[in-house]
Amino acid sequence: MIALALPAATTGEGFVPPTTDELHLPDVLPWAADYGTGVGKQMILVLLSVVIIAWFFSKAAKKQALVPSKLQLVGEMGYGLVRDSIGKDIIGQRDFLKFVPLLFTVFFFVLVNNIYGAIPLIQLPSFSHPGSAYVLAGIIYVLWITIGIRKHGIGYFKMVVVPSGVPWPLLIILIPIEIISNFLVRPITHSLRLFATMMAGHLIVLLAGSGIEYLLVLQDNIFLQATSVLVLVGGVAMYMLEALIMVIQAYVFTLLTAIYIQGALADEH
Amino acid sequence: MEISGSLNAIGYGLSAIGGAIGVGLVFYAYITGVARQPEAQRVLQPIAFLGLAFTEALAILGLVLAFILG
Repeated sequence: MIALALPAATTGEGFVPPTTDELHLPDVLPWAADYGTGVGKQMILVLLSVVIIAWFFSKAAKKQALVPSKLQLVGEMGYGLVRDSIGKDIIGQRDFLKFVPLLFTVFFFVLVNNIYGAIPLIQLPSFSHPGSAYVLAGIIYVLWITIGIRKHGIGYFKMVVVPSGVPWPLLIILIPIEIISNFLVRPITHSLRLFATMMAGHLIVLLAGSGIEYLLVLQDNIFLQATSVLVLVGGVAMYMLEALIMVIQAYVFTLLTAIYIQGALADEH
Repeated sequence: MEISGSLNAIGYGLSAIGGAIGVGLVFYAYITGVARQPEAQRVLQPIAFLGLAFTEALAILGLVLAFILG
């Protein structure tokens, strides 16, 4: 960020900040791109995440010792977090058990795909492309509408859209607002929140990296080169913040999933 | 002095003020609540993150629009 304030000094070329184009890496199979099925790094990472999660939890759950090993402890803590603090507290004692597998899968899928952004050499969260976030939020969207219809019948839409205990002139304003907020904005924000935070986090780390490169490699002045240390310190701090945000976003995504399911199961709006 | 670039960045910076104030208020209330009654933390935590998610939504829409329209 300091690099942005500096004059385009000695080399004659100014600092070029990274753009969103940096997120579109070249295809892994270049010949496949012509057929519209370009397999990028993000896709490989998504597939890899499934393997990692399956491997980790099957290994953690294999030996169920009374005194748990470290691996088993981590697996059970993760399961307990999703089951109790997200499932039981939000959906409620009565029917949360049915949804624990879904919440568990969503939480760890999003978590592993976000944490990729903090691992050196991989350094790319899969959700930095909006497509994967749209699909994930779309599945949840279809799911909670289906749950609502199965629980309440077709009157579910009326239940969601028409708030009870409101004088009728207000309904003219309230019904369109409720339709927009529940059926349009909800899935959009659900997916974009995940995508935008991942993309912004990736770009910030990229910006710090390219700033260091510009100051350290492309400058001749020794004092300007020394200022790259400041950018490095700031960049590491942003990197730590991003690692925190990655975990929080996985939590928030799962929490919102649970809240939407709970809203569909609830008796009164 | 000549300045070039997109006004979107300034627009997004301005719009982020609202989200920042909102998130600050949410966590202010959460921290005060936990400080007064530490055993309420389990109850307050999902509510606080839900509030964070809702206040954040507008700032995120702003960020996406800043990129799309830019």
